[in-house]
Amino acid sequence: MRRRLAEHGIDRTLLLLLPALAFLVVIFLYPFVYGLVLSFQPERYVGVFANYQQFFADPFLRDTIAITLGLAVPASLFNVIASVPIAYRMRGAFRGKRLLIGMLVMPVTLGTVLIAKGLLTLLGARGWVNRALLELGLVEDPVRFVNNYWGVLLTLVITGFPFAFLLTLSYLGGIDPMLERAAATLGAGPRQRFWQITFPLLLPGLAITFILTFVLAFAVFPSAVLVGEPAGETRVISIVAYRAAYEQFDASMASAIAMIMGVVQLAVVALVLGVRGRLYRGPSGGTKG
Amino acid sequence: MTVTPRLGELLLDGLSRSYGSQVALAALDLRIEGGEFIALLGPSGCGKSTALNCIAGLIAPTSGSISLDGRSLDGTPSERRGFGVVFQSYALFAHMSVRANIAFGLRMRRLPKAQVAARVDQALALVQLEGHADKYPGQLSGGQQQRVAIARAIVIEPPLVLMDEPLSNLDAKLRLEMRTELRRLHRELGLTTIYVTHDQEEAFSLADRLVVLRDGVTQQIGAPDEIYYRPANPYVADFVGFRNALPMTLESRAGDAGVAAGRGVRARGRVAGEATGGPVTLAIRPDDLVVGGPGENAFEITVDAVEFRGRSFVVEGVTGSGERLRGTSADAVAIGAGVTLRAPAARVLLFTKAG
Repeated sequence: MRRRLAEHGIDRTLLLLLPALAFLVVIFLYPFVYGLVLSFQPERYVGVFANYQQFFADPFLRDTIAITLGLAVPASLFNVIASVPIAYRMRGAFRGKRLLIGMLVMPVTLGTVLIAKGLLTLLGARGWVNRALLELGLVEDPVRFVNNYWGVLLTLVITGFPFAFLLTLSYLGGIDPMLERAAATLGAGPRQRFWQITFPLLLPGLAITFILTFVLAFAVFPSAVLVGEPAGETRVISIVAYRAAYEQFDASMASAIAMIMGVVQLAVVALVLGVRGRLYRGPSGGTKG
Repeated sequence: MTVTPRLGELLLDGLSRSYGSQVALAALDLRIEGGEFIALLGPSGCGKSTALNCIAGLIAPTSGSISLDGRSLDGTPSERRGFGVVFQSYALFAHMSVRANIAFGLRMRRLPKAQVAARVDQALALVQLEGHADKYPGQLSGGQQQRVAIARAIVIEPPLVLMDEPLSNLDAKLRLEMRTELRRLHRELGLTTIYVTHDQEEAFSLADRLVVLRDGVTQQIGAPDEIYYRPANPYVADFVGFRNALPMTLESRAGDAGVAAGRGVRARGRVAGEATGGPVTLAIRPDDLVVGGPGENAFEITVDAVEFRGRSFVVEGVTGSGERLRGTSADAVAIGAGVTLRAPAARVLLFTKAG
C-alpha cells in the first residue's frame, strides 16, 4: 500500500506541506470564505443576492469594473509589449548590463505612494513642468497632466514595467540562442528570426507576464486616489470597496465588491490561460532524446 | 548516382579569430574543392568550431578572408551565405513540426508551396523519417532529431554543408550507423562538407581530407592515411594514437631510416624532420608494439597493468629506466611479469626537434 502511494508521489515528505497549508487556510481561505458568506448577508438591502443586485443596478458601482479594466488592461499590455524589445536587446552580455537592469528594475523598490508623490512633484498643477511652462509663458493655466486617467496609467506603467521586464528577460534567457543562429543559416533575416523563432517560443511566457502585471494593476488603489481622479475617471473598483467598508461601514457590501473584483480578475486570467493553452508550451530547445 | 557538386571551391585565406589576447584560430589556410569531405579534427578548444562558425558567418573573423568560387564572403551575413549547418545541439525549432522545421529554409527562400512540400517529402525520405513528419522535435529520439537537423540543412541544397560534432550526442551504435548515413548522403547528393569532430576515428572514416588543429594552429592537413601513418609532429602522432612517446637522441640517419638511443634502449625507425642528430621523440602505436611480435626493435618491460580489449590485451609496464610503454598482447600476461615488446622499424617514428 505504502509503495503504491509512493509511486504516485505520496509519501511522508508531503507532511512538510502542512505548515504552508495551515498558513494558507488561516491567511487566505478563512478570510475568503468569511467574506463570501458575509457578502450574502446584506446589511442595507434585503435578499441573499441583494448586494450583488445593488452593485450591478447602480452605475456608480457597476462602471468601476469597466474603469478598472480600462486602466489595468492597457497598462499591462503596454508593460508586456514594451518589455519585449528592451529585454530582447539585452540578451547578450555587454558592459554595464547589470547597471542598466538595475535602473530599469529600480521603480519596484519605490512603492506606489512614493511614485505618486514623485509624479505630483514633477507633473502636478504646481509641479516643475507646469511651473516651467507658466514661467515661459507657453500656457496660461497649469496643464492637467496628472490627477486624471493618464496619471494613474503612468504609475501603473512605472510600477508594473519592472516586473514585466524581469519576467520577459528570464523567459528570453530560457530560449536557446542557437535557434536563432540556426534560423540565420537557413536564410532568415533578423526580423524573421524574431517573429518566426523567438517570439512564438516567448509567447506563453508573455501570457504569464501579462497575467501577473494585470493582477497587480487591477488592484490599483493608492495611485488612483493620489494621482487620479477618484470621484470620476479613476473610480476603480478597489476605491468603491474601500468606501463601502470604511466610509459606509457596510462590510457586507464591501465583501461583495471584493468578490466581484476577484471574479473579474479570474475571468481575465482564465481567458489568457485559455489562449495560452493553444500555444506551443514545450521546452524551447535543447531537447534530448 | 552521382551529382555534380554545387560548389567549385571554397578558399580560406589566413582565417583568424581572437578573443582579446586569446587566439582561438590562427591563420587557417585551406582550399576546399567541390565534393570534398573535410574534417576539422582536434580536442575541445582547438579552434575547430570557431573555424566552422566563421565559415557559417555566425562569427566574424578577426582577420583573413573566405571566398566561394572567387566571390568574397567577407561581411556577408549568415542568412545570405546559404550554407547548411548542422549544430551539435541540433537546434531544432521546438514549436514547429518536423515538416515545418525542414521547410523553414525553403519558406525563407519564398519557394512556392507545392515545391516546398515536394522537397520536404524528398528530404524526409532521404533521412528515412517519412512517418514522423507531423511530430514535434520533443517527441523524437536523439537519432531522429539528428536526422531532422540534417534534412533541414540539406533540403536547401546548399553549396556547402557544415557540421559541428553532429554525432556527439548519440550513443555508440547509432553513431556508427549515422556515420555511414552521412557518408551516403554526402556522396548521393554531391555535397561538399566540412565536418568538425574531436573523434579521430570518426574523422578518419568520413573525411577525404583532415585538418588537425591544436590551440587554433593548424598542425597538419592531409588524407586520412597520410595523417594516420605519417603524422607531421609528435602532437598529431599522439592525437592519432601513437600513445607511446619517448625522448631519445638520434644517433645516425640514412635517408628516412634512423637509429635513436637513450633511456637504456635503442630503436630503429623512420625519421620525420630535417635534423641528422640531436634530440628526437620516438612514437609507436600500442597496436604496433606487440609481445612476441615481429620487428627489430625490442623493449623489455615489467607489466603493471593488463586490460582486456576483446581480441587482444593491452599491456602496460615500465622499462628498466622507468619509461612507461603500452603494447599489445595476444594472450593474457600476468602482472609483474617481464615481457619483450617488439615493433618493426617501419612502424616507429622518430620526430626531430621542431618538426
